[in-house]
Amino acid sequence: MIAYYQIIAQIMFVAFILLTIVGALLAVNAKILMHSVLGLAVCLLGVAGLYFYLGSIFLTLMQIMIYVGAVCIVLVFGIMVGFTPNESAEKNDIGRNTLLGIVASGIAGLGLVVTILGRTSWEAAAITIGDFSIEWIGESLLLKYCLAFELISVVLLIAIVGSIILAKGGREEGL
Amino acid sequence: MITISNNLNIYLILAAFLFAMGLYGMIRHKTFIGMLVSTELILNGAGLNFMAFNKFTAPDPATGQIITLFIMGIAAAEAAIVVSFILAVYRKYNTSDPESLKELIG
Repeated sequence: MIAYYQIIAQIMFVAFILLTIVGALLAVNAKILMHSVLGLAVCLLGVAGLYFYLGSIFLTLMQIMIYVGAVCIVLVFGIMVGFTPNESAEKNDIGRNTLLGIVASGIAGLGLVVTILGRTSWEAAAITIGDFSIEWIGESLLLKYCLAFELISVVLLIAIVGSIILAKGGREEGL
Repeated sequence: MITISNNLNIYLILAAFLFAMGLYGMIRHKTFIGMLVSTELILNGAGLNFMAFNKFTAPDPATGQIITLFIMGIAAAEAAIVVSFILAVYRKYNTSDPESLKELIG
């Protein structure tokens, strides 16, 4: 007997997949840049839902906070300060770039899908340690992945300082 | 049918789709922000891949989650850098069109 909440969970799973696909299509096909960022936000929300199904509530929240909350806002700021109004509607000429993009992404995507479906079988690990809890992630971050943790902090610090130096002054000021 | 969310291939195919969409957008778009959006799509495809393998094949469930967290950190740093780069380009060239940055072309 299948409980009703399992059916609801599967329906939500399909909904998240559709959200991801529709968001990605909107992100790359939109004529106006702001719509493109909106599509990216929808796509990232869908991926956040998929992270939930992959067992990590922590990553779901981080995805929503960092990507949807921070990166998309930064992109919107970039559009608002960097583009004059008549520029922000992208000149959407269907040219050789679109054709080239379809061919290249089609070849790459089909190659990946064929490889995934046909040529590999993924075995589960024989021995497992730890679990999906936040406690275990924190412990690993501070013990096993300590160096990577420190390095990402340094990278973020340098990025912040560098972007302040690059953007110092203002839009109107001459270089 | 009832356990489709427990199938590794679905996640992998979706990640491949995200990667292909990112590649397509990267070639098609002619603005910095458009290219940045495509880059985020590609990075998300990679993160989804890591999380899927983390759930289904990895011996330690913390590994994939931490790698995905690092991908998010790199993506955030990259977005900040590119936005300030757009500002700097705007100040020097008075445009946001990457095609017009031709000073180094011989």
